[in-house]
Amino acid sequence: MKLLSTNNISVKYGSNVVLRDVSLDINEGEITTIVGPNGSGKTTLVKTIIGAVTPFTGSISLTENLRIGYIPQRLSIDYTLPMTVQRFLNLSHKISKEDCISILRTAGVPDLLKTQMSNLSGGQFQRVLLAGALQGSPQILILDEASQGLDQAGSAAFYKQIESVRNEKGCAVLMISHDLHVVMSASDKVICMNGHICCSGKPEAVANMPEYHGLFGAGTEGTLALYRHIHDHDHDNLRKFKH
Amino acid sequence: MLDDFMVRASIAGVGVALIAAPLGCFVVWRRMAYFGEATAHAAMLGIAIALSLEIPIFAGTLVAALLMALTVTQLSGRSLATDTLLGVTAHGGLALGLVVASFLSGVRIDLMAYLFGDILAVTRVDLLLILIGFLAVILLMYWRWSKMLISTLNEELAYSNGINPIREKFFLTISLAITVAVSIKVVGLLLISALLIIPAAASRTFSRTPEEMVIITAIIGVISAISGLQFSYLFNTPPGPSIVCVSLAIFLILSSIRPLRSN
Repeated sequence: MKLLSTNNISVKYGSNVVLRDVSLDINEGEITTIVGPNGSGKTTLVKTIIGAVTPFTGSISLTENLRIGYIPQRLSIDYTLPMTVQRFLNLSHKISKEDCISILRTAGVPDLLKTQMSNLSGGQFQRVLLAGALQGSPQILILDEASQGLDQAGSAAFYKQIESVRNEKGCAVLMISHDLHVVMSASDKVICMNGHICCSGKPEAVANMPEYHGLFGAGTEGTLALYRHIHDHDHDNLRKFKH
Repeated sequence: MLDDFMVRASIAGVGVALIAAPLGCFVVWRRMAYFGEATAHAAMLGIAIALSLEIPIFAGTLVAALLMALTVTQLSGRSLATDTLLGVTAHGGLALGLVVASFLSGVRIDLMAYLFGDILAVTRVDLLLILIGFLAVILLMYWRWSKMLISTLNEELAYSNGINPIREKFFLTISLAITVAVSIKVVGLLLISALLIIPAAASRTFSRTPEEMVIITAIIGVISAISGLQFSYLFNTPPGPSIVCVSLAIFLILSSIRPLRSN
């Protein structure tokens, strides 16, 4: 079943077009990963899907009452704001203590209920955010480079967690990632972006497409190529914006 | 009972401390300290205009504070950093207000009362305004609480929950303008910011959740108001600054016992 689709959406920041004619479908239970160089509009696409950015053309259709669980790119809880993990999990609506523990267990951090958010380690923090996103039993989880700030092992473990959550809860996953090898092994569908969708499909198929090599360099799936690419790629009419 | 000026002053002080508690916490959480100050300073222009148009001071300050807050919200992020913009509008508004006030002939204006407050001269009408302001802010906070909290945490997180953080910011701005308008009589526009920030800053280490922090902030605010007034009465010091000094003392004491607690 189709959960959401974007129909030819384009987004402008001021006079700069950052997304052109993006159409995609997200189906139930599917892990879709968006890859692309910095400034390619990945974050803008995700922001448009959750309603934080309005497209100037095109439309987004969501299944009725679609429950979205969102994990932002960078959420820093300021030390000035006191917040226990339990209180954080009750922000959008109240759930019982048992439910809190249960979603924390699903997210892989069952014992943190009373801990202050500002005292969590990077890996714990991302898992608590995951638990927060799971709070309303979402049909789709949306992650914007959620492994940022984690080391290689930490981020691999985090994506493994996401996969096991998908298997346990059956929710769809839409994520942005820079870890190409993780992406290629854990996704059902990969979308390559550079202001528009360059190519998309199953990871094995995408890995052989010329557009993918154009973006990430031939014969590699490492992250080095991604960074090399950033400096030699032409961004003429694309505004580079910070992620 | 309300015939005694000290009773009226105490009620006003406690009322304003209670209004300032949730707002002060938001100001600290959202790093809006300078924003609160700018809103308060702009109120001087509102006072001057209210005096020249012979409309109630309360209405003038409320409108000026609101306009100021909305202008800054609109302009921020364009070509100047928000703190620069606030510096320009805050002190610009204050200076302009003082100049406009100086043109008012025939009206004897006690500037000190507006700058530093005149809590001992609080009237029954002032008390009524504080009560209305209190009810308005508390209802607004109660109504929007979790939405404001999520928006404070992360804007995208708010959007994904179907909350518009820009709207929540607007509600917060209105609450701040109301707080400024009712607080001028109590501590004066130069010290409103202190009333907002110091109790909230003092309570941070002793709270585990946002709600606890608001309650502790309110308690510190109320203690400051009552003891500040008593101090002022006994030693003949200006009441507004005395209230702020008491909350400063509480802040210093609580900050110094923090290391003991965290060990």
